[in-house]
Amino acid sequence: MAGSIVEFDRVGLRYGTGAEVLRDLDFRLSEGGFYFLTGPSGAGKTSLLKLLYLAQRPTRGRMSLFGDELSHAARETLPEYRRRIGVVFQDFRLIRHLSAFDNVALPLRIAGRGEADVEGPVREMLAWVGLADRASARPPTLSGGEQQRVAIARAVIARPELVIADEPTGNVDAAMAQRILHLLTAMNRLGTTVIVATHDLGLIAATPGAQLIRLENGVLVDPTGALKHPPGTPPRIIEARP
Amino acid sequence: MNPLAVSEAEKRLIPSSGVRGPVPLLIGIMTFVIVVVAAAGLALANTASIVKSGAENRYSIQIADGAARAPAAIAAARTLPETARVEQVPPDDLRRTLERWLGPAAAEADLPLPVIIDVDLKPGADATAVTKRIERAVPGARFIAHRASLMPLLDALRGLTVLAFGLVILIALASAAAVVLTARASVDTHRSTIEVMHGIGATDEQVARLFLRQIAVDALLGGIAGAAIAGLILGVILGGASFAASLAGSPPLGWADAAVLAFMPLVIALLATLVARVALLRALRERL
Repeated sequence: MAGSIVEFDRVGLRYGTGAEVLRDLDFRLSEGGFYFLTGPSGAGKTSLLKLLYLAQRPTRGRMSLFGDELSHAARETLPEYRRRIGVVFQDFRLIRHLSAFDNVALPLRIAGRGEADVEGPVREMLAWVGLADRASARPPTLSGGEQQRVAIARAVIARPELVIADEPTGNVDAAMAQRILHLLTAMNRLGTTVIVATHDLGLIAATPGAQLIRLENGVLVDPTGALKHPPGTPPRIIEARP
Repeated sequence: MNPLAVSEAEKRLIPSSGVRGPVPLLIGIMTFVIVVVAAAGLALANTASIVKSGAENRYSIQIADGAARAPAAIAAARTLPETARVEQVPPDDLRRTLERWLGPAAAEADLPLPVIIDVDLKPGADATAVTKRIERAVPGARFIAHRASLMPLLDALRGLTVLAFGLVILIALASAAAVVLTARASVDTHRSTIEVMHGIGATDEQVARLFLRQIAVDALLGGIAGAAIAGLILGVILGGASFAASLAGSPPLGWADAAVLAFMPLVIALLATLVARVALLRALRERL
């Protein structure tokens, strides 16, 4: 059995002095798995994703990523872990004044790659998402779908071990949604763990063997994996902790 | 890694507005004030030093209404091994001095004038021993150190010098506070870019470097401009003071002082950059 890439142990999260938005999350995600995170609006999906891409710390419980306990890790150590995670934000979070090329190149440059090692992979990635001829365009001049593809290219360019995507097909047509899903599954086959937050049942149905994480009111529903998708696939479950 | 080294790609992350905005203007004005006040402080310190060294070994023998005893006093002083120069102040010089207060009455022949004999002691001479010997040789004579009469002036000059350098420090602190505010404002302005960079795994050092170079360049250019204007004004003032300088025997600012002032923009830019770096890193640490 593959090791755990994500491990939550009775994790809770609250913002300020408000009520907990996530409660007692207790699960493990296996390295190389493909997971869909679903749940109604306000269920806590975005909060859970923030914990996963280290934009928030849990207010209680223990959270491990890549085998290291990070709930109380020193702030200075976090960039090293963040470089191992690729994130596609729902609102894309592209840097408006940078070209599509520079946006996609950002993770490589932050990781210290020289310009000679940046040009080729970025051009290749832009071509793959169908934006080869839009490399010098800035985000405000791109359509929503094009921005989303730039965001996806940026998330995967550095070949992260964990890809987290928040509604990655929300702004693209069916054909492009298929291509994005194909990219994510291809990366998954190469060993990347993929977590996709989505409401798109078609996307879930088109990904055999993927597992569901369902949140309702900040609580993980069905942690034993009885709820699995699609029906009929072997029951790969999100492991509940003893 | 050089904290100011920024690649072309990194420069594009935080678009430069060129040499505009508050930092160059602010640092320029602050540098101008600092250079002028520091120049004044150095001139005061030099003046105090000149006055002090001029009065260091200078004394006067004063004999009230004792013109008859002047030759004996001069002879006694000249026999002492501690004296380097003994010279009576001509009575005409005394009358000219008194004219300022007495007017034409100073020229009246029956005006009682004291005898004043200027005495320069050799460096390291024991002034107390000389005093005793002079007073023994010429009873009623007073041996007066010029230093004592100049002490209030020296104290005032020293006080003004300390005040000038205190002002330099205060202005530098005000500049530092302004740089801190500017650095924090930059972080706020580019918050979304910084969040994306942090999310992708950029370290605080990487983010700070983007801002630091611009602040350093702005501070250096502003500092050079401020110092250049201050230099021009000081040049005009010191040129006009050349007469006073020739009287004092030494210009109020020497080459060493000019070199110190010329380095001010560099020092100010360096300090601004260091302060900005600390402020940026602190502002960035407030985020996860």
